[in-house]
Order: sequence, then C-alpha cells, then structure tokens
Amino acid sequence: MRPRSDLTPAASKPLHKGWIIALFVLILLAAFVLSLSLGSVSIPMRQVFGILSGKPAFKESWKTIVLDFRLTKALTAVLTGAALSVAGLQMQTLFRNPLADPFILGINSGASLGVALAVLAIGTTGSILLAGISTAGDLGLALAASIGAGLVLGLILLVGRRVKSPITLLILGLMFGYAASALTSLLIYFSLPERIQAYTVWSYGSFSGVTWSQLRVMAPVILAGLVLTVFLPKPLNALLLGEEYARSMGVNTRLTRVLILLSASILAGTVTAFCGPIGFIGVAVPHLCRNLLRSADHKLLLPAVGILGAALALLADAIAQLPGSQYVLPINVVTSLFGAPFVVWVIIQQRKGRTSFSV
Amino acid sequence: MTRLVLSACDLQIGFQPSRVSRKVVASGLNLDLHGGEFVCLAGPNGVGKSTLLRTLTRLQPALGGEVRLSGRPLREYSSKELAGLVSVVLTGQVEVNAMRVRELVGLGRFPHTGIFDSRSQEDERAVENALALTDVSQLADRFVQELSDGERQRVMIARALAQEPLLLVLDEPTAFLDLPGRISIMHLLRDLARGRGQAVLTSTHDLDLAMRSADRIWLMNRGGSIAQGSPEDLVLSGQFGHTFSQANLRYNMSTGQFEEEHAGARPVVLRAEGLAGAWTAHALRRAGFEVLVEGAEYLPLIEVEGQGGANCWRLTWQGVSRELSSIYALLSALLE
Repeated sequence: MRPRSDLTPAASKPLHKGWIIALFVLILLAAFVLSLSLGSVSIPMRQVFGILSGKPAFKESWKTIVLDFRLTKALTAVLTGAALSVAGLQMQTLFRNPLADPFILGINSGASLGVALAVLAIGTTGSILLAGISTAGDLGLALAASIGAGLVLGLILLVGRRVKSPITLLILGLMFGYAASALTSLLIYFSLPERIQAYTVWSYGSFSGVTWSQLRVMAPVILAGLVLTVFLPKPLNALLLGEEYARSMGVNTRLTRVLILLSASILAGTVTAFCGPIGFIGVAVPHLCRNLLRSADHKLLLPAVGILGAALALLADAIAQLPGSQYVLPINVVTSLFGAPFVVWVIIQQRKGRTSFSV
Repeated sequence: MTRLVLSACDLQIGFQPSRVSRKVVASGLNLDLHGGEFVCLAGPNGVGKSTLLRTLTRLQPALGGEVRLSGRPLREYSSKELAGLVSVVLTGQVEVNAMRVRELVGLGRFPHTGIFDSRSQEDERAVENALALTDVSQLADRFVQELSDGERQRVMIARALAQEPLLLVLDEPTAFLDLPGRISIMHLLRDLARGRGQAVLTSTHDLDLAMRSADRIWLMNRGGSIAQGSPEDLVLSGQFGHTFSQANLRYNMSTGQFEEEHAGARPVVLRAEGLAGAWTAHALRRAGFEVLVEGAEYLPLIEVEGQGGANCWRLTWQGVSRELSSIYALLSALLE
C-alpha cells in the first residue's frame, strides 16, 4: 500500500472528538451570556448575573428586560437552534441528500398556510379575531401555524408508512409544500396590504416574540422531539448506506422512518409555529459538524449538532441585535446572509474532493 | 454432503406493483445452496439476476413458491434473525462521507448489538477478523471516500462478513473493477466459501471469471429458467451456447470463449508455434481472418521466426515474400 501521510491516522480520536464537543459547549455558554448582555438597553454584566441569581436589580426595568425579554429570547434561540439542527441532520441522513433541511417535506409551508389563513383570510372577515390574535402575544399565530404544520405532518406520516422509497416521500413532501405555498400566495394576492404586513413580519422569523407562557408549551414539545432521537443513532447510522442495506442489517426501516419523520417534524413544526420559518441553520449546522468532527457517526453527531446549533442560533441573534444600535434585524436575514455563503462553500468543498455528493 | 443452507422450491419471482397487476420474471425455480460452496449466478443482462438475489434475501417478496433458509421458511424469520444469517453486498457504489473503513465494517455488527449499539469485545473481534479476511486491515483508519473502487468493494465485503452470516449474497460485485481487481474479488469469495464453510452466492455477467472460480454456476436463461451445474458440465451440455447465443456470436466449446462470426472471413495459413504463434492467431482472428494450419498454395502464408522478444513475421502471398517486424505491421500488410 502506498503511504498516505497527509491523511490523519488513528491519533487517539475519541479524546480528540471529546475536546471538540467540549469546545462546542463552551461556545454555547459564551453565546448564552453574550445574548443576555446584549440589547438596545445597556445593562452591566454584573447586574445581569445579579438579576439571574435573584438579587434586587439597580433598576426595576432592568429586571424585566433581563428576565422577561432577554432570558426568554436566549432560551428560545437555544431550543430553536438545537431543534432545527437535529431535524436537519435527520432529514439529510434519511434522504441521503446533503441539501435536505428540516422543512424539506413542507412543514413550514403548512405552518405558513396556517398563519396566512389566520392573518389574511380570517382577518378580513372578523377583525375582532385578528385583534385577539395580536393582543394574545402571537399565541394565536403559534396555534394557527401549529395546525398548519400538524396537518402536513399528518399527511407525511400517512404517506410515509406506505411509500417504498424515501425519494418518493421526498417528492410528495415537495408537492405538499408547493400546494401549501400556492394557497398562501393566493391568500396574499387577495389581501389588504396591512394584513400582508403582519404576515410578512411573521415570515421574517423572530426569537423575541416568545413569552414565558409560550415557552411553557414550546420547551416540553421540543424536548420530547429531541428525546425521541435518543433511540435513533443506530438506525440512522445504518441508513447512511441506504434503506436496502439498513433492512439487510435487520433495521426496521418502516418504524425508523416514522420515528425520524415524527421527531424531525415535531421539532421543525414547533419552531416554525413559535418563531416563524428560520432558514439555513438546519441545513448548515449538520455539515459544519461533520466537517469539524470528521465523523458520520450519529452517536456523536446528534448531540454535537444540537449543541452547535443552539450556539449558532444565539450568535445569529446577537448579530441581529446590531450591538450598539437601536435597530434589530429579522433573524432570517442574519441566518440566510451567513448561511447562503456557507452552503456555497460546502458545495465547492465537496466538488473538490473525489467523491460526488453524499451525506 | 455439506449442510444445506438455502433452498428454493417452485419459486416465482417478479414485481407486484399493485394488487391486480404483477410482472413475473421467472417461475418454477428449484435451487439449492450448500455450506462451503461458491455459486455464481450468471446470465445475460436484464434476465432477472438481481430480482432473484433480492427475493432469496427477502429484500423483495416472492410471488409464489417457497424459500427455506437452514430448513426454515424464509418468511418466518424476524428481520433481525435473518440479518444474523444472511448478509448482502448490493450492486452499485455506496457514497458515504466522513466515515472511516473500520466504522463502515462495524455497521455489519448491527444484528448482534442492542438498540443503543454498544459493542462487546466479541463485536470488535468480528470487525478486525472481517478486515483481515478481506485484506483491508491496513485501510481501517482511512476514510471510505478516499478508497479506490477495488478497495471499496473489499470493504463492503468486509462489512458483510462482520455480520457473520451463514450465507453471503453479492450482486455484481465486480461490475466496475478492472480485470485484476475482478479476479482478486472472485478468488476472495471462493476462499471465503472454502475456508469458512459459508455459502457464497454472487451474480455476475462475467462468464469467463465465473468459469474460473465458481464451484457451481446457476445459469439463468432469457425465459427465466435456470440450469445448475459445475461450469464444465454446463459447457459440455451446450447450455452456455444456448443461453448466450446471439447473431454473429458463437461459443467456442474448446476455448471457453465467445467468438465473433465473420460472414466473409478471409482464410490465411499460419505456421507458427509457441507464444508468438498463439498471439498471432489471436490478432488474425480479431482482424476478421479465418486461421488455418494447412491450406492451398494461393492463400497468404504466415510464418513466425525467431524467439523471445526478437520475432520476425514472414508473409508469403502471390509469390512475394516480405519480412515484417511486428504483428501490427503484419496486419497492415494483409489488409492493404
């Protein structure tokens, strides 16, 4: 065999990878602290920690800002980042497609349709209901989006158990997405401009609209979706070789597929319902983790993408705050601006290697 | 008599896209496969070899009849039990990224581990053993995407071996390899069957290779019937010629080669011996000549003189005698 010294040999990999994960955790903690201390009102770091540990604040308004606004926002970002990254990783492996993302089966199109119906259609006939929606702190929007995402999820699960190949499922999912998007466009087309404005704001995505009462719903559902994945590393690893190999190794591919779809859809659907459609985190973080860890093992990747996804969502939110200014950018603008060049980079990297596209 | 591993009785294979329509590929198949045996499933392209292999490994359902594995009907096995007895190498390339060879081979331990896939020492040993048997131990820490096609195919076989199956089934494992690669894979499979008492079943459209290494050949005809026997038996009974017969192509029973039949082949007389003589005959046939040992005066006469690397070809034709320094020059002169 010809020697290949340029390739990293077996230099104590487990320890090495453990350090990378530890680094991810450190980044996450740092990003969390950063997120709590950044905002349009400047609050000293010591005061932030004081408020968090229950000490009386220098100003009462600071306490409200830190506890009811920044802490909820940071927790939302953590849950969102972890949920989208884990869902994205599962979709990429299930479909063996490096460009798959959590929304590839049309979950967010369903959610968008739900919101569009609530804001645009119902809004036009009953303005009282619309007023109710906005005063309830967007809980109405979350409900509408959940129903939309849930309907698509139901359809996917119904079909997902029957179709033979994941590719068929992928195409059907895309079709659901197109159909839902078309209906949404139709609603927008026949709507009043001010209603469209409300819909557009939702579609930009935001971590800051989530209140404590919403977090009480959102957090347990996302945690449930994440807990489901505890049982999935083994079948996901088998699926890397394709469904046929997985079956030949004794994996119950039908059950696995349903569990993956259930978990990924719950995660992506919940995020979209509460924060709007958040792009790019779900497609970019799994790639980043695979490249940094140089591993395809889901036992390692699932926790790693969760942690790194949470950290990156926090950092994206920190950038969105435009530190030192009064402006706040929509979160989707930040993730897409940073995510799009990243996906381009991944494609170029993969084309450079001798392999064709693969997860 | 060795142990019967797999048997098929009145098997019907094909596809059933819906309840009413079905496409039968072959039916009435009676097959048997024993431990320690290396069997090649040969036949023309598109005859249903993959369908048969997929049916025998339960990757797709049989339309009728019965397959038994170790005497028990195939359908009665749980998927995990079956995976512990039968492993496969499917046709086509597997694209994986950022996965090391040892990890890929380790996937073969899945039927033997629990839901969280924690590995015992026995699992590790089986993986190392599979790497050693397929001679890829030195690649264990490389990434799969960096391997050559031949190395990758060996790794896929190692993965199947790590499953520690009773029956190893491969679908066209040599399809995209060069000739040395194909031979080495076939010899590996034969050795695995002989050394380990496993039954190895592989499909191939490379008849020459199957002839050289298989204990038995299952020869699948266009009609979907299968002739079984040792390669030599199938030659003598004329089965090969029957299965692969095409216009302009003839199976030469004495050489075991397919030869093109040229309608208007020009006869030439070749008087030569040894290696140079054999390859000269090869070249003449390739160029569409009919090679005779004795013939009329008016036919072109070719004699090879010299030994080793320094050969000389003498062409005598129409009273003119020429000396040519290579086979290429000889053919050019003949075709003028």
